[in-house]
Parts: sequence; structure tokens; C-alpha cells
Amino acid sequence: MAAPPSLSARAVPDGVELAAEGAWTVVHARSLDTLVDKAARETPPDRPLTIALHHITALDTYGAWLIERLVRARRDASGGTRLDGLPERYQSLYDEIRETEHDPASAPERRSSLAAHVEALGQGTVRFGQQLLAFTAMLGAIFASLGRALADPRSFRFTSTVHHLDRVCWQAVPIMMLITFLIGAIIAQQGFFHFRKFGADAYVVDMVGILVLREIGVLIVAIMIAGRSGSAYTAELGSMKMREEIDALRTMGRDPMDVLILPRIVALVIALPILTFLGAMSALYGGGLVAWAYGGMSPDIYIERLREAVSFTHFQVGMIKAPFMALVIGAVACTQGLAVKGSAESLGLETTASVVKSIFLVIVLDGLFAVFFASVDM
Amino acid sequence: MSGDPIIDVRDLVVGFGARTVLNGVSFDVQRGEIFGFVGGSGSGKSVLLRTIIGLIPRRAGTIEVLGTRLDQASDEQRQGVERRWGVLFQQGALFSSLTALQNVQFPMREYLDLPQRLMDEMAAAKLDMVGFRRADHHKMPSELSGGMTKRVALARALALDPDLVFLDEPTSGLDPISAGDFDTLIRTLQRTLGLTVFMITHDLESLHTIADRVGALADGRVVATGSIADMLASDHPWVSTYFRGRRASALTSRLANSEP
Repeated sequence: MAAPPSLSARAVPDGVELAAEGAWTVVHARSLDTLVDKAARETPPDRPLTIALHHITALDTYGAWLIERLVRARRDASGGTRLDGLPERYQSLYDEIRETEHDPASAPERRSSLAAHVEALGQGTVRFGQQLLAFTAMLGAIFASLGRALADPRSFRFTSTVHHLDRVCWQAVPIMMLITFLIGAIIAQQGFFHFRKFGADAYVVDMVGILVLREIGVLIVAIMIAGRSGSAYTAELGSMKMREEIDALRTMGRDPMDVLILPRIVALVIALPILTFLGAMSALYGGGLVAWAYGGMSPDIYIERLREAVSFTHFQVGMIKAPFMALVIGAVACTQGLAVKGSAESLGLETTASVVKSIFLVIVLDGLFAVFFASVDM
Repeated sequence: MSGDPIIDVRDLVVGFGARTVLNGVSFDVQRGEIFGFVGGSGSGKSVLLRTIIGLIPRRAGTIEVLGTRLDQASDEQRQGVERRWGVLFQQGALFSSLTALQNVQFPMREYLDLPQRLMDEMAAAKLDMVGFRRADHHKMPSELSGGMTKRVALARALALDPDLVFLDEPTSGLDPISAGDFDTLIRTLQRTLGLTVFMITHDLESLHTIADRVGALADGRVVATGSIADMLASDHPWVSTYFRGRRASALTSRLANSEP
């Protein structure tokens, strides 16, 4: 690399001369910055300054700007500033730099912290309202689209629905069954471990049966689907939005609600009850295996106890909840997907929001259903 | 300073699976020139560019950039070379989570240890050089038009005062006036900053106005290199169709008429 730059001052009869030497380039920008600032502070403003550039070995935009910065710093100096001996080959570069604007636009203003917090709170509230509105609008649009599809069944995207059903249902079966199997097994194991102290082993089956069929089965599956398929929906629709595919669809006279969203929602509403059923069976099977291996309860007795403990109502309660949860997950995922703006960051934010919101709403919905079923004695 | 190639590519072979895209490509780019590369769609121009800058692995051949054999270089040497080149991607490839100003400052922040004031000044200067409005400094890439995106991307490519810039279709997607401005801009910057420019383009007008030398890529190899005049004289079928086709002749006659 070229010689490091230097800037040495010496007194000459008619003022001060600063001799610049070495490579005034980007590599040395840090030390040049210090040199130039020091020179600007130390040269007396009332005496003429000559900057001698004869011995500069290399110059680029960084070096040129730093020289220019020194000149500008002395703009008000009564002594005046003069450049001397700038090598010919750097003249046009220097002229270009002298003409360019160097002040970045000031960053958008930040308000004082208290005002900013109050404002953020207000904006948050407004945003919450807007999101609620967007979600409600999405639900309405889904039903409107469903209405159109029912009125004219041939307009319904059957192939697309089957494709999505394959992705969210069929391909999800192994992982859903594995997870619910493990959950069933864990509940049974914990049950035996703690109930044994009271000699209440037999009631473990009641607990496993009721819990799995009413609550855990559907809840675990819904949460898994929100993470697995809801996020995929948001990311897909979001990147379609980013690449203007959704706008293209609209200009061709096709409503994205009918083409993209309804098939996805229908697939999800069909998939979730199926997965819930399979998940519940898998969990009961897992519980049964643990009861046999850990609790010393033979499969015959397990099934006998299960038959006494659970009624068809428990199964119904779990299954009724599933399609509603699917609708909520799908509507949230699609709302967030369409809310994506141009940047990769916003895609990430909306996907996160989609998963968090749909899990939250699934749990809220579960609570509401609990109140509802209690009041109708189910 | 001839005989000092900035890029020297010899017998380069690149392929994907069973398909060979580049089959024995050789050319060199001299210091301080604007070298334009042309080729039909799908002829492997972008693959060539991406191979030179190291995004696609090569099968055979040598690539030497700024005096360093990139195929044999250690990571450290590679970084040394990467610091001295700038790349303008076709779609700009601005970081979407940073503002225009921050995008230009990114290479400075990564490679240099500079005071914030100097980075602000230099980034503003680079943006001004490429004709980017000051009022848009704090806009996010998603809020910028195509032409403005390219300008910011060029400013970012020039952030560290590189010796060499790679431009992938710099004028594609710009209207003819903006494209013309962009050509002039590249020419001016090249002259003032002493850049070497390696440019891939489809734009005959760009080639006519700013390229010092042109290389033509067809059938996986370089079929002609030289000035525009050499291209016009070439008897390779693809080159003659490209440079003497209907669109080309309209342009050539227009340029000939407009010359003083």
C-alpha cells in the first residue's frame, strides 16, 4: 500500500503552509479525519493558509472531501485559504467533490420521550382498532366469497382447494400424530405418578379421556396448525403481494378472495377437524400404552374404563370447536399476509404477528367455548 | 497503462447439472476502460458476472481480478479484493430494512472505522454524485422508484471508492431519458474517479455511447471482442444480427446523423 498520509504545518513569510503528503485515500480515512480536524483547529484564522498538495501520491473522493472540508472550515477565516500544487490528474475529481452536496438530510425528528410514549400508546390503540376491523372485514369477505361460490359452484377453485388440503392436512398427519401421541403419553404418566399417592389410579383414564377429547387434542392441533400452515399462508400471500401478483390477479378481473384465500380457508376448515380426530385418537393410544407399561393397567381395562369415563358429548365438544378455530387461524393468516408491505422486514413482522395472534385467538376462542358449553350443559 | 488487465479470465467453464452454460470463456478488461458484455437472453452473461464475483462455483479455468487469482485466494485475500470492487445488481439489491443513506453507509460501516460525521458526509456526497435527491435520503427502498433504486445501488457500489465496478444491466427498466442520464453518469464517474467498469447490458445505445470495448457471448463462449466498429465488421452470425439487425440499424443511423 502507498505511504500513509501526513499533514505538517510550518510557518512561511506570508502565513502558514500545510504540506499534505502520502496517500489521501479511503484506507487512511480515519487518520485523515483526525489530521484535518486538528489542522482546522490549530491554524490561526487570521493568517493566510496555503495547503500544499505537491506530494500527494494518491487521492480519492474521501481525501478530496477532507481537503475540501478543511477549506470550508476556514471559509470565515479572515486570512484566506489557498490550494497549491494539486496534481493535474486529480483536478476533475476535486472539482466534482467541491460541487457535491455533503449534508445528509436531517433524520426525521424525534419527539421528547414522554410525548413519544403517549403517541405510541395512541397509535397502538388505533392500530388495534384497525386490525380488529381488518380481521372482521376478512371474515366478512370470506363469507361473501363463500356465498358467491355457493351461488355458482363452478366458480369455486376445487383443484386449488385439494392442493392446499394435501399440504395442510395430509402432509401434516405424521407430525400431528407424533406430537399428540407424546402429549397423551405424558398426561397419562403424570396422572399415574400423582394419582397413585391417593390410590386413584383408575381415574387417570377419566382424566386422559376427557382432557384429550375436550381440550388438549383440539388445542394442540390448532396451535400446531397456526405455526405450521398459518405462517405459510401469511408468507405466501405476503410475497405474492410484494411481487405484485395479487395486483396482477385483480387487474385480470379475478378477486384474490375467490382465487387465493377461499381455497386456503376451506382447506383449513376441512383439515383441522380431521387432524383433531386423528390427534385425539393418537393421544388416547399414547395414554393407553403408558397405562399399560407404566401404570400396570391392561389394555382391556383401559378401554373398559375409557368407555365408562367419556361420553359422545366430550368428543362432540372437541370436534365442534375445530372448524371455528380453523376459520380464525385462516382469517388471521390471510389478513396479515395482505398487510405485508414492500420490505423483507415487514414480511417477517407480519408472519410473526400471524402466528402470535392466531394462537392467542385460538386460546381465547377455547375459553369462550368453555363458557358456552358449560351453560348448555355439554 | 495497457498490459495491466484488471480482470483476466481464461478458459472458464461453468455449468449446472448436465448443462454447460459457459464453455471456455476467455477475455480481459484493461484498467480504466468501460467493457460492455452483450449476449442473448439466457446466453449466460449474468452467470459469467456472478462467477467472476464468486457467487457461482466454476468447473475449470482461471479468474484473476485486480492481480489476485480468485480461485486460489485465501479468504483474507478475497476480502481484500472484494473491498476494492463494487457491484450493481440488476434489481438494485438494496437492503430493504435500511434507508437509502444507511444503505450507502453499510460498506463503510463494515469495512472502515470512521466517525459518523464523515460517513454521513461521504454517503451524502455519493448520493449527490449519482443524482439522488436530498429529500429522499431517509426513504426506505420500498418507497423508491426503479431509477432511484438503481442510483442508490450505484452509490452503494461506489461507497468505498472501488477500482472496479460490475454493473448488471444498469439501464434495464429505465425510461430512455433516465437510461441516457445513467449512461452519462457512469461515463462521468468513470472519468473522474478513474474507474474500470465491467458492464452487462442489452442496451445497444449504452454500448454505443459509453463502452470502450465490447465482448459478445454466444454458444457459451466469447465470439468477438473489440470496439463497436469491430462488432459491426464481425461476420459471426449472432453478432452481425445483434449489431446490424433492424433495431440496431435504426439506432446506428440515428447516432450517425446526430454526430456533429
